[in-house]
Amino acid sequence: MPDVSSKQMKLLYFAWVRERVGCGAEDVELPEGVATVSDVVGWLKGRGPGFAEAFARPELVRAAVDKVHVKPAASIDGAREIAFFPPVTGG
Amino acid sequence: MIRVQTEDFDIGAEVKALTSGRTDIGALVTFTGLVRDSNGGTVASMELEHYPGMTEKELSRIEAEANERWPLQASLIIHRVGKLSPGDNIVLVVTASAHRQAAFDAASFLMDYLKTRAPFWKREETGDKSHWVDARESDGEAAAKWDT
Repeated sequence: MPDVSSKQMKLLYFAWVRERVGCGAEDVELPEGVATVSDVVGWLKGRGPGFAEAFARPELVRAAVDKVHVKPAASIDGAREIAFFPPVTGG
Repeated sequence: MIRVQTEDFDIGAEVKALTSGRTDIGALVTFTGLVRDSNGGTVASMELEHYPGMTEKELSRIEAEANERWPLQASLIIHRVGKLSPGDNIVLVVTASAHRQAAFDAASFLMDYLKTRAPFWKREETGDKSHWVDARESDGEAAAKWDT
């Protein structure tokens, strides 16, 4: 039985964030106290050299919670999917 | 209507499909974005990555906002993904209205918003090297001018 207090989350990475992290998607269990997008970034930075490099300058990384653009201070309460990516360059 | 696809698009066929059988459209604007060789003949190809699911949601949101701001009879956004070559089509925006100003403005707005909000990323391949294209500050400024 999964611990109901833990936060199961799908994390997605795109473009050079994906390359530095080393994978495009993963399922994680976020620790207690991780409440905002910027908390997630802080936690990710400690997960290895690839993560540290990808998030070395967090101001260069954008985020989306459940496929909607958000600011770093956004709450992740109730979120199922968080994506991290560079500023977009389509068009 | 929005579409994300690997295949090329035919501007004439898209316009025809949009206007066929209608008599209420007085102005139609199309914008086509092409893969440009930004490095004097050295860019061999370009890879367009995107965020499946969010891309479609974001394009639909942008299109809905344009339809709220201007009286459009029809609108269409097609964006290609995958591997493209210099000269290839990347994006098509079509806006149709009773009068030209709404069609011009809405097309411009759609492109400005798409460039700063739709989750696409370009990687240019030059010879044996490749690099992610940097976002341009001027694109952010262009989108910001529509904020009221």
